[in-house]
Amino acid sequence: MGDTLLSIRGLTKAYPGVVANDDVSFDIGQGEIHALLGENGAGKSTLVKMIFGLVKPDRGEMLLEGAGYAPGQPSEARRSGVAMVFQHFSLFDALSVAENVALGMENPPAPRDLARQIREVSETYGLPLDPGRTVGTLSAGERQRVEIIRCLLQDPRLLIMDEPTSVLTPQEVEILFQTLRKLKAEGTSILYISHKLEEIRALCDAATILRLGRRVGTCIPREVTARQMAEMMVGASFATPEPRGGVKGEVLLAVAGLSLPAPGAFGTPLRDIRMEVRRGEVLGIGGVAGNGQDELLMALSGERLAPAGTIRFKGTDVSRSGPVERRAAGLLSGPEERLGHAAAPNMSLTENAVLTAARRQGLVRHGLIDWGRAAGFAEEVIARFDVRTPGPGTAARALSGGNLQKFVVGREILQNPDLFVVNQPTWGVDAAAAAAIRQALLDLAAQGAAIIVISQDLDELMEISDRFAALNEGRLSAARAVADLDMEKIGLMMGGAHDMEVAHVEG
Amino acid sequence: MDPVLLVASIMVSATPILLAALGEMVVEKAGVLNLGVEGMMITGAVMGFAVAVGSGSPLLGFAGAALAGAVLSLSFGLLTQYLLSNQVATGLGLTLVGLGLSALIGSSFEGLRAPSLPKLDLPLLGDLPVLGPMLFRHDIMVYVSLALVGAVWAFLKFTRAGLILRAVGENHDSAHALGYRVVHVRLAAIAFGGACAGLGGAYVSLVRVPQWTEGMTAGAGWIALAIVVFASWRAFGVLLGAYLFGGVSVLQLNLQAAGTTVPVELLSMSPYLITIIVLVIISARGVHGAPGSLGRPFHAAA
Repeated sequence: MGDTLLSIRGLTKAYPGVVANDDVSFDIGQGEIHALLGENGAGKSTLVKMIFGLVKPDRGEMLLEGAGYAPGQPSEARRSGVAMVFQHFSLFDALSVAENVALGMENPPAPRDLARQIREVSETYGLPLDPGRTVGTLSAGERQRVEIIRCLLQDPRLLIMDEPTSVLTPQEVEILFQTLRKLKAEGTSILYISHKLEEIRALCDAATILRLGRRVGTCIPREVTARQMAEMMVGASFATPEPRGGVKGEVLLAVAGLSLPAPGAFGTPLRDIRMEVRRGEVLGIGGVAGNGQDELLMALSGERLAPAGTIRFKGTDVSRSGPVERRAAGLLSGPEERLGHAAAPNMSLTENAVLTAARRQGLVRHGLIDWGRAAGFAEEVIARFDVRTPGPGTAARALSGGNLQKFVVGREILQNPDLFVVNQPTWGVDAAAAAAIRQALLDLAAQGAAIIVISQDLDELMEISDRFAALNEGRLSAARAVADLDMEKIGLMMGGAHDMEVAHVEG
Repeated sequence: MDPVLLVASIMVSATPILLAALGEMVVEKAGVLNLGVEGMMITGAVMGFAVAVGSGSPLLGFAGAALAGAVLSLSFGLLTQYLLSNQVATGLGLTLVGLGLSALIGSSFEGLRAPSLPKLDLPLLGDLPVLGPMLFRHDIMVYVSLALVGAVWAFLKFTRAGLILRAVGENHDSAHALGYRVVHVRLAAIAFGGACAGLGGAYVSLVRVPQWTEGMTAGAGWIALAIVVFASWRAFGVLLGAYLFGGVSVLQLNLQAAGTTVPVELLSMSPYLITIIVLVIISARGVHGAPGSLGRPFHAAA
C-alpha cells in the first residue's frame, strides 16, 4: 500500500434531470481493497461505469499511476489493466464457459490453450470450473467464478466488483474473500461495491461513501461500526426493526409431499417439499439463487397448480385452485421479479394496484373498474410505504427499482393477507427503505398473519424470521428456530458445500 | 420418373430457399428477426434480372441482386436498430415494399428472357455415371450456396467474429457491457441476410424460371423463415430443411405431371403443409435453441 494506483479527481456526470456524480474525488492505493458504499441511486454504478469506460464523465479526470486515464470504451480500460465483475452477470447462457471467457478478453488465445489457462487460474485461486460447461447450467456462484476468472486471465491491476456476494452462500463468500485477499497480497487493487456492511468491515482497507452523487465521507471500515457506516450512507439515523414476540396461533398453511417438475430448460424441480406456517409466525427460506425459490413461490401462489392434497390452507386443500381463488381465501404473494412479474411495466401504478387488489379491496363493481377507489388505494400504498413518485398515474417502469419494490410489497400488505409469501422483499432497496419493509412485515405478523419470506439476504432472514429453512436443488430442509442457528449451520443447510471442499484442497 | 433428374431438379429447386434461409439464420443469430425476406428476395429477383438483361452477364446480375437485397435490408436495419421501430411490423412492411417496388421496376422486363447461366461441366466428376449428371453438372450458384453453408457454419463455430455475433444475439445487454458494438454487428448481419435473400431471388428469375413475372418468388421467403426455425438455427439444419422443401416441391410437380387422381390443389399445397407439420413436430420437443435476444429491441442505456 502507500502508493496510489488510481486517483479520481472531481468526476462529474449529469443526466437530464439528475446529477449522478457531483465532483467525486478519492484515491485507490496499490494492493488496497477499497469499498464504495451508497444507497440505490447514490451514483455508485455511474462512477464505476466511468472508470470502466462505459460512460464518459462531463468533467473531472482520472490518473492511473500518475498518468492521465480516460478510457473511451471498455476495451481501453481492459488494456490499461482495469477489469470488472458485473452485478448482473454479463454472461451468455447458451455459450460455454470458455467462450464466455474469450468474449471478455482482448486477445484470446486458441481455444485449447484458453481451456488450459482457465483450469490453471481456477486451481490457483480455488475457484473450480469446467471450461466446457454451458453457462446456463451453472449455479450463481459458479457463474460469478466465470466472471472473476475472465478478469484474472488478463492480470488486472484494478479489479472492480459490483455487489459480488449477493448471490453466494456463506461458504462461497469465504472462498471469494480468500481469493480477493490472495489477489491483494499479489498487489492487485480492488474496488469493492456492496450494501453488506459487515462484509466491508471484514474485507476492506478503506471506504468511500456516496450519497446523492456526492462523496460524503471516508472511513477505515475496521474502525467504525456497521451502523455508523449505514448512517453515513443514509444521512440520518433509521429505526432497526423490532421483532415482537407475539403468540403463535393455529397452523395456517400445511404443505406435504409437494413435488413439481422444472418449468423450463433452466428451471429447478421441486422435490417433496413439506412445511407448516402458523399465524403470527415469520418463516424465512434461504438458499442460493436458482435452487427453487421462484418455483416454490409459483406453487404457493397458484401460478402453477400442485398435485391434489399437497397444499392445505386454513384446513382446505387449495392445491388445484388458481391464484384468484387463493387470493380470495387470503393467500397473497409477491414474486421476485418486479418488472414483468409483480408489476406490468407499462401500466400505471393505479392499474397495477387493480391487477392484484381488485377483489379484496372492492375495486371492481358490476364488472366495471371503480377508478376513483383504485387511485385512492394506490395513493394509500404510496403514502404508507413512502414510494417516491409523482403520483399513481406514473407508469411502473418509470420508478426506480427500490421504489417499485416498496409499491409492490406495500400493495399486498395493505390487502391484509392471512398468509403472505414474498420472494426477495428488499432486493435492491436501500437500507432505510429495507428497514421499513421489514418492519411492515413484522407488523403484519404481529396482527396475526403468517409470513413466508424467501430471500438470499441471510442477515435479513435472521433479523425477522422466527424459523429458518433452506432450499437446495428444489429440496426444503426442515425448519429450525432462528435462535438456535449460527452461520455455519445455515451454510450447511443451504448445501452446495461439496465443491467448496474440493476448492480448499486445490487452493 | 428418372431418379437422376429428380435429384438434380431438387437441388435447383432448393437453392433459392437455401440461400435466403442461410442469410436469415445469420440475422437471427445476431438477435434480429427480419420478416422481410420475401420482399428482399423479390427485389433481388427483379434487380438481378434487370442487370443480367442489361449487361448480358448473369453473374453481374447476381452481384446486382445481392447489392439490391443488402441495400433494402439496410433500410430495415436503419429503422429497427437506430430508430428502434418494431421489428415485426418493419419486416412485414419491408415485404410489402419489396413486392410493390419489384412490380414497378419489373413492368418493362415482362416477357424478356434472361441470359442463361452456363452449367459447369466439372471434368472427371461430371463424367461419373449416375452421380455425374445428378450432382456435378449444375450451375455455379448451386455450389456457391453449398459452400456458403459450410462457410457460415465454420464462421459461427470457429471465428472470433462469429462468437461475437452469437453473443450479441444471445444477450445484447451483456455484449454491450463487455464493450461490443451491438448495433454495428447487427447491421452487418442484416446486410449479409439481405444479400443472401437477393441472391436467392435472382436464382429464381435467372435460373429456375428464367424470366420475370410479378410476385414470382411465391412465398419462398416465408418458407425460408420457417426453415430457420426448423433448423434450430444451425447451418446444416438449414441445408436439410431447404432440400426437404425443395424435394417435396419437385415431387408434387412430378405427380401432377404424371396425372394422379389426387387433386392438383392438394398437391400444390403439400410442400407448405409438410413444412408446417415438421415445424410443429420439432417445436413440440420444447428446446430449440432460439437466440436469447431474438426480436428484442436494443437500446443502450448510458
